[in-house]
Amino acid sequence: MQKSLHIDPSKCTSCLQCEMACSFENYGVFNNSLSRIKVFEFHHTGAKVPYTCTQCDEAWCMHACPVEAIKLDKTNGAKVVLEDVCVGCKVCTIACPFGTVNYVAETGKVQKCDLCGGDPACAEACPTGAITYVDANWTGLERMRQWADKLGNQSA
Amino acid sequence: MAWTRKILRVNLTDRTCTSEPLNMEWARDYLGQRGLATKYLASEIDPKVDPLSPDNKIIWATGPLTGTMASTGGRYSVVTKGPLTGAIACSNSGGYFGAELKFAGWDMVIIEGRASSPVYLSIENGKAELRDASHLWGKTVWETEGQIKAEHQDPQVRVSCIGRAGENGVLYAGIINDLHRAAGRSGVGAVAGSKNLKAIAVRGTLGVGNIANPKEFMKVTFEKKKILKENAVTGQGLPTYGTQVLMNVINEIGAMPTRNHKDVQFEGARKISAEAMHEPRETDGKAQLVNNQACFGCTIACGRISKIDATHFSVVNSPKYWGASGGLEYEAAWALGCANGVDDIEALQYANMLCNEDGFDPISYGATIGAVMELYEMGVLTKEEIGIEAPFGSAKALTYMTEITARSEGFGKVIGLGSKRLCEKYGHPELSMSVKGQEFPAYDARGVQGMGLTYATSNRGACHLRSYTISSEVLGIPVKTDPLTTEGKPALVKAFQDATAVVDSSGLCVFTTFAWALSDIQPQLQAACEGDWSMEKLDLMGERIWNLERQFNNDAGFTRKDDDLPPRLKTEGAKVGPAKGMVSGIDKMIPEYYELRGWDKEGRLTAETVARLGL
Repeated sequence: MQKSLHIDPSKCTSCLQCEMACSFENYGVFNNSLSRIKVFEFHHTGAKVPYTCTQCDEAWCMHACPVEAIKLDKTNGAKVVLEDVCVGCKVCTIACPFGTVNYVAETGKVQKCDLCGGDPACAEACPTGAITYVDANWTGLERMRQWADKLGNQSA
Repeated sequence: MAWTRKILRVNLTDRTCTSEPLNMEWARDYLGQRGLATKYLASEIDPKVDPLSPDNKIIWATGPLTGTMASTGGRYSVVTKGPLTGAIACSNSGGYFGAELKFAGWDMVIIEGRASSPVYLSIENGKAELRDASHLWGKTVWETEGQIKAEHQDPQVRVSCIGRAGENGVLYAGIINDLHRAAGRSGVGAVAGSKNLKAIAVRGTLGVGNIANPKEFMKVTFEKKKILKENAVTGQGLPTYGTQVLMNVINEIGAMPTRNHKDVQFEGARKISAEAMHEPRETDGKAQLVNNQACFGCTIACGRISKIDATHFSVVNSPKYWGASGGLEYEAAWALGCANGVDDIEALQYANMLCNEDGFDPISYGATIGAVMELYEMGVLTKEEIGIEAPFGSAKALTYMTEITARSEGFGKVIGLGSKRLCEKYGHPELSMSVKGQEFPAYDARGVQGMGLTYATSNRGACHLRSYTISSEVLGIPVKTDPLTTEGKPALVKAFQDATAVVDSSGLCVFTTFAWALSDIQPQLQAACEGDWSMEKLDLMGERIWNLERQFNNDAGFTRKDDDLPPRLKTEGAKVGPAKGMVSGIDKMIPEYYELRGWDKEGRLTAETVARLGL
């Protein structure tokens, strides 16, 4: 079964545990500025929205890379940056429609979410279930269940 | 490790910023944040200094767990000599600023002197500089944060700043970060204002990477987060209702200080409670509460985000207040509501927003309004003097007085002095509900006896956060004690005071202690910091921090007579509820408390105590 990250912004409290878990997993340091998942706060509405790469099937970043430094991990569908190959040209950062591939000045390479090899640290750290790692074919299952509950689960 | 081991020292008079190594010997004895900053302050200033003079210093301090994945690890403290009390002032805030300061590579920022014109401190990792803030002077907290982000062209800058209240010397002005998180009490904002320091803006991209035992740290912090999740208070009560979960509880036990402590139950409590924040309004069909928000790293998320009713009289012509903003916490709802007898929850939300927008403490402010309203009803203060009719319960008077206080206009200047100076000015010092000049928070010392001792002995003036014995006396955490008895309370208060001093020095939030004992925090510190962090060491450290603060206050001139409650709480019995007829037994508790502390009859540390704690 292929899995994917599923984000439910209504459950996010903006605690940033996901960002710290991400930077710790990838760099061994608590540093939100190195996180591949970002939480955005919208003060005027009170909304808090975590955002990261959704691992497009026909990934713009992968197709745009001139040196084939972004590869598909067939075990989980992640598009993974090969740091040894990346030349830091940043073309992928232009190609990505969502802004989820970013350059890291300190290393001279780009970085993006690679699903932590199939066990995403952000989902594990999220205390509210705003970020989950679920069956890619059924990311809507929980929302369907909630509506099913509303529609048909009334006691007589 | 876990400290960055670096201090930024800023001299405003000379306009210099210098880096110096953290005194690690002190860090091992005082941990960080509250304890360590107090150690620095006490070592560097004369306790008798005028708090608003250039000779006072003000310190922004993180703890070793600030900026880590330990739940709630985002706290920082502001430590200085406070202008409201003349005692040690230490105010603690969450939000995201503290972690950002740590990520920039600093444990602490020590501010000295006074700038000749307004400045703000800009920190970008190792680069720190003072910048002109003349264009920011006169601006609110919200305008200042927005403008600094725009000027730096960086939305990720975090800002800790003062509003107009701090500039104008409101004696309970706070320092606000992230728009509505506050180092709120004791007037730390007035000290920043007196130094012409408008803000600290920080951007940190270095992170915290020097955890002593990272693998163990991740394991133990995950385990402890699970405890918070499964606890009824930290897992359900606080995220759902916020601290406002207490409004109906405290009212029911008759410990709700109402109308300047004349009453102990508020008939309008239900209308300004957490439950009321959840209910759809008649006007727009929406609840005031939008959602909850966490501070950095916090898995509890008690913060309230609310939207005011746009048709309410206070904001109907001011669209800038219609969006989501920091919502009512229990202490603010109490001070702006019960203390004045105002039960209009929208008026409370408006006043609360102004406190955030211009940076002043809603507890001291609301309690001062309670005194104003009593003086008005006695005929001592008049409509002409105040600018409005101000009987208890008037939402219009509350909102009007909040506006003039925020702007320090007219009678607002007097309100900004706090209740002690205001009541003295009008010849009724006994009506100030305060200790050491700082106003009480939201628990009546007659209905919860331990809180009376908590207030009387708190080193920063009346405060609930120095030993929150409500946990034990009302909620039964860790064990239930009878709120109506003084028996055993000196020991209870001492234990809470010492443990809280450690929590406040670690980088964590005291709200974790609804679910965690100090023994749950100990392994997190042990994994993060090199060396020995045994329970014995932490217990002694808490006591050491408490006594250091006390020593500072003694040297500043505080004595036995300052550890007392206003006559109302000692002579006027509670009118209703479980504590009906009771007064505070403070006089009975103080001698026993001094003895447990190892202090003499005048409340001074004995030579044995000084030696035992290594002071």
